[in-house]
Amino acid sequence: MQKALVLDAGKCTGCKQCELACSFEHEGIFNVSRSRIRVFIFEHEARFVPYTCTQCDQAWCMQVCPVGAITSDAATGVKSVNAATCVGCKVCTIACPFGTINYNAITGKVEKCDLCGGDPACARECPTGAITFIDSNLAGYEKMQDWAHKTDTAPQAAS
Amino acid sequence: MSWTKKILRVNLTTGSCTPEALNMDWARQYIGQRGLATKYLTEEIDPKVDPLSPDNKMIFATGPLTGTGASTSARYSVITKGALTGAISCSNSGGYFGNELKNAGWDMVIVEGKSPKPVYLYICNDVAELRDAAEIWGTSTWNTEEWIKKTHQDPVMRVASVGIAAENGVLYSAIVNDLHRAAGRSGVGTVMASKNLKAIGVRGTLGVGVNDPEAFMKAASAAKKVLADNAVTGVGLPTHGTQILMNVINEIGALPTRNAEDVQFENAGDISAEAMRETRRDGTTNLVANQACFGCTIACGRVSRIDQTHYTVVNRPEYWGASGGLEYEAAWALGAATGIKDLEALTYANFICNEQAIDPITFGATLGAAMELYDQGVITDEDTGGVALNMGSAEALTTMVELTGKGEGFGAVLGLGSKRLCEKYGHPELSMSVKGLEFPAYDPRGIQGIGLNYATSNRGACHVRGYTVASEVLGIPEKTDPLVTEGKAGLVKAFQDATAAVDSAGICLFTTFAWSLEDIAPQVDAACEGEWTVDSMLEAGERIWNMERKFNLAAGFTGKDDTLPRRILKDAAKTGPAKGLVSSLDKMLPEYYELRGWSADGVPSGETLSRLGL
Amino acid sequence: MRHVIIGTGPAGVNAAETLRKLDANAKITLIGGEREAPYSRMAIPYVLSGAISEAGTRLRQEPGYFDRARINVISGPVARVDTQHKAVELVGGNIVEYDRLLIAAGASPIKPHVPGLDLPGVHHCWSLADMRAIEDLAGKGDNVVLMGAGFIGSIILESLKSRGVNLTVVEVEDRMVPRMLDETAGALLKSWCESKGVSVRTGTRIEKVKSGTAEGLRVHLSDGAALDARLLVVAAGVKPNTEFLIGSGVETDRGIRVDARQQTSVPDIFAAGDIVRSRDFSTGRAAVMAIQPVAVDHARIAAVNMTGGAASYQGALAMNVLDTMGLISTSFGLCDGPANAQSAIALDAGAYKYMRLEFDGNVLTGAQSLGLPEHIGVLRGFIQSRLDLGGWKERLAENPLRLAEAYVGIMNGV
Repeated sequence: MQKALVLDAGKCTGCKQCELACSFEHEGIFNVSRSRIRVFIFEHEARFVPYTCTQCDQAWCMQVCPVGAITSDAATGVKSVNAATCVGCKVCTIACPFGTINYNAITGKVEKCDLCGGDPACARECPTGAITFIDSNLAGYEKMQDWAHKTDTAPQAAS
Repeated sequence: MSWTKKILRVNLTTGSCTPEALNMDWARQYIGQRGLATKYLTEEIDPKVDPLSPDNKMIFATGPLTGTGASTSARYSVITKGALTGAISCSNSGGYFGNELKNAGWDMVIVEGKSPKPVYLYICNDVAELRDAAEIWGTSTWNTEEWIKKTHQDPVMRVASVGIAAENGVLYSAIVNDLHRAAGRSGVGTVMASKNLKAIGVRGTLGVGVNDPEAFMKAASAAKKVLADNAVTGVGLPTHGTQILMNVINEIGALPTRNAEDVQFENAGDISAEAMRETRRDGTTNLVANQACFGCTIACGRVSRIDQTHYTVVNRPEYWGASGGLEYEAAWALGAATGIKDLEALTYANFICNEQAIDPITFGATLGAAMELYDQGVITDEDTGGVALNMGSAEALTTMVELTGKGEGFGAVLGLGSKRLCEKYGHPELSMSVKGLEFPAYDPRGIQGIGLNYATSNRGACHVRGYTVASEVLGIPEKTDPLVTEGKAGLVKAFQDATAAVDSAGICLFTTFAWSLEDIAPQVDAACEGEWTVDSMLEAGERIWNMERKFNLAAGFTGKDDTLPRRILKDAAKTGPAKGLVSSLDKMLPEYYELRGWSADGVPSGETLSRLGL
Repeated sequence: MRHVIIGTGPAGVNAAETLRKLDANAKITLIGGEREAPYSRMAIPYVLSGAISEAGTRLRQEPGYFDRARINVISGPVARVDTQHKAVELVGGNIVEYDRLLIAAGASPIKPHVPGLDLPGVHHCWSLADMRAIEDLAGKGDNVVLMGAGFIGSIILESLKSRGVNLTVVEVEDRMVPRMLDETAGALLKSWCESKGVSVRTGTRIEKVKSGTAEGLRVHLSDGAALDARLLVVAAGVKPNTEFLIGSGVETDRGIRVDARQQTSVPDIFAAGDIVRSRDFSTGRAAVMAIQPVAVDHARIAAVNMTGGAASYQGALAMNVLDTMGLISTSFGLCDGPANAQSAIALDAGAYKYMRLEFDGNVLTGAQSLGLPEHIGVLRGFIQSRLDLGGWKERLAENPLRLAEAYVGIMNGV
């Protein structure tokens, strides 16, 4: 059963515990500027929106990588970056229409959400249930997928 | 770890920004933030210095847990000699600024001297520069934040700034960060503006490490669970914010009303948490959302929208967006202390306080005092420029909050605070303040312990120096009777010392509705080098308290200043459970001094000081 | 079904993989133009800069990958295509028959008509063979001249500089990367390069190159100056490799003409990648867009249609990303925009930060950025989905830096 991160902005308070957890998991220190999930804060609308890669089927990042550094796990659907192969060309960062794969100038590689190998730290630390890691067939995730399709560059080719 | 071990020293007179190593001996004794910065300040300034002279310094300080994964790791404090009080001042704020400063690699920023022209401090990790603030001087905190972010092309930069109130000499100006979080009390913003420092804009991407990552995550996770499972931090605060207290405190007869003429406000319900959730004429509610500060798993912050049809904003769409809503203290000061029941007017006044960086507690309390003097005929229409300043007038509130920010008309007088205003009109007894700082939303006649805390609080009357309300009203950690004085000296001391430690750690005091030092010490211990236990933190707290006291005594305060306004000591509560009671401060103070190891006139003994390494 | 693919670059390899995914039984043959295993030209600069080894340029590095995918990789190059008999003739005479053919033969660097470009010490930076030659001539402290500061030139610039050479870049146009960046951004990039010790001579032409100097080459410029150099790297643009199609019946016009299904004028022959002249998403006109994302899109669509599916291409969106000694620049879609377009600009020249957005009404049509790489992919999302910006249009016009916020906001109904 594939599981997916479900981001429910309605429950988010903007605390950024997810960003803290993500950076701690991947970098060993607390550094939200290095988090692969990001909470956008809309002050005047009082909305707080967690945002990260949906591991979309289209996988633009993976498709455009000139050296095949991004791979998809057949079992989990997670698209992850092999840092040893990545040359840091950044083409994936402009190809991903969601802007959820980013370049890290310190390592010279790109980074994206890898679902922490199956136990996402962001979901674990979210205090309000705004981020959950559940069966991807459940509603909510589909909504995000719809959005992914809407932004598809070649919808027929993908299906 | 988890200190960055670096201090940024900014000399505004010379324009230099210089890194320094953190004094780790002091860090081990004073933890960080409030304690450690106060140590630096008291070592570096003359206690008798004029708060608004270039010789005063101000320190923006984070704590060891700031920026870590600990819940409520947002906090930073501003430490200086207070403009309003002349006493030691430490104002604490949340939002996102503190985390950013720590991530830029600085435990604290020490600001000294005075710039020849308005500047702001730009910090991006190791880069720290003073930049020209000509374009933002004379503008609000909201405009300043937006302008700095745009100028540096960084929408996620964090900004702490002063508004026009501080520039116009309002003595209780705050420093506002992230639009509506504030280092609010005792005039820290006024000190900042006196130095021609408009703002600090910071971006930090270096991260915050902890000493023992595994132990830290374990301690932090366990502590978060304690917050989630607790009725106050898990349900009450997220749902209603601190405003949950409005009806509670009113019920027990401890809501200072109309400049403390009464202890209950008949319209408390209209300005309560519950009212903020009621559907208005326009079909919406005042409360829009609750918002967390950085890292906070409680999320008590209120975000509100003003009714667009309300007279204050009807043709002013710039105030139609959501912004920081009423917290309990602000709702009390702007509402109960002035007898005003118009929730929308209060929200508008609160917005202006954020926009121009005004402490709403002191402003509301000062306005309440002025209203009483106006109703008595002492202050006249001539003084107010024709504004009817009757107790309970929402129009007076919303007009005066604007004028105070601008320093215009009677606003310039309100900007002095209640102590100076009441003295000016010959009625010093009508200022509800201690050491020049107006007391907040708990009446010492109905909550005896808090009166002792007000009287002895080092920054002047203040609830967050020793929040005995937790015990006396909410039963945390155990229930004590708010109407009795027995045991309150010990309670106050225990709360004050523990609070000093919490304020020095980088976390929010509100955690202590659920956390004791038993929950906090393991987090500090795992995050930091050295051994941190409940005992060592409590001892640090007591050390900090005595250090602050020493500074105040050297600044010219004496035991005689450990008192309460005459009204609180002499005029009995008229209604409610405390009816007939005054504050029996005299029954608690001597015992308090003794417990503290101070002389009968409130001076720490040599033995006490040496026990604490002072 | 026999699928034959000419070209082993990203378009060819991605097409082969998609074909295999769609048709488990097909016979798939990949014909390479060079005597090399499939590799990525885009990775070459990273070998030069030392970030990866030569092996790191290989496409699908896992040993035995193509065998396991049952993709037969053979060496060309291709001499001609016999469309009548559905056969590809290799140089040397071997014949490969096909049922469906994909032409993904890529492009080649242009050698301008400048005297002396055939001298030893003058190289393109296009193939692995070029790369090996450059490695020998571009050592620490060597004088190197780079002809062309277009997109590819600028990528090479970065890798040459990282080798520690004394580098001079000569660009005939008035600014760096003129087709990607506007004057402001181009000028900023130039001053950035200069601050990093690279000499940049824009508005300057290389007139001739002579040999016989101590270092090897003397490069004469249009402003009268002459530069001695050990190496001259020529990056003056590329042209589609269509020569072998002359007389085949496959229509070309500065690139192979294809329909929206990536099919050429000849049935059963498709084309993908840098060799194709396809529809530009922004202008609707046919254009060659030699970039990796377009090559990959082409390949996927061609493969679907080659296996009997129906996929059509909505057009190639021009987009590029460049890292010039740490300064990251990007461009998307129409950089200059139509005359009536509205632009919004944020500029902090001192910090080398720039963002320019182009709007057509409530839709974003183009963008370029300098020094602001975070979440930059949303620009593609905005442009390619022709997202109605609604109330965010005004906010973006006011502050273009809020683009990620705008994207997430619109997506979440804020």
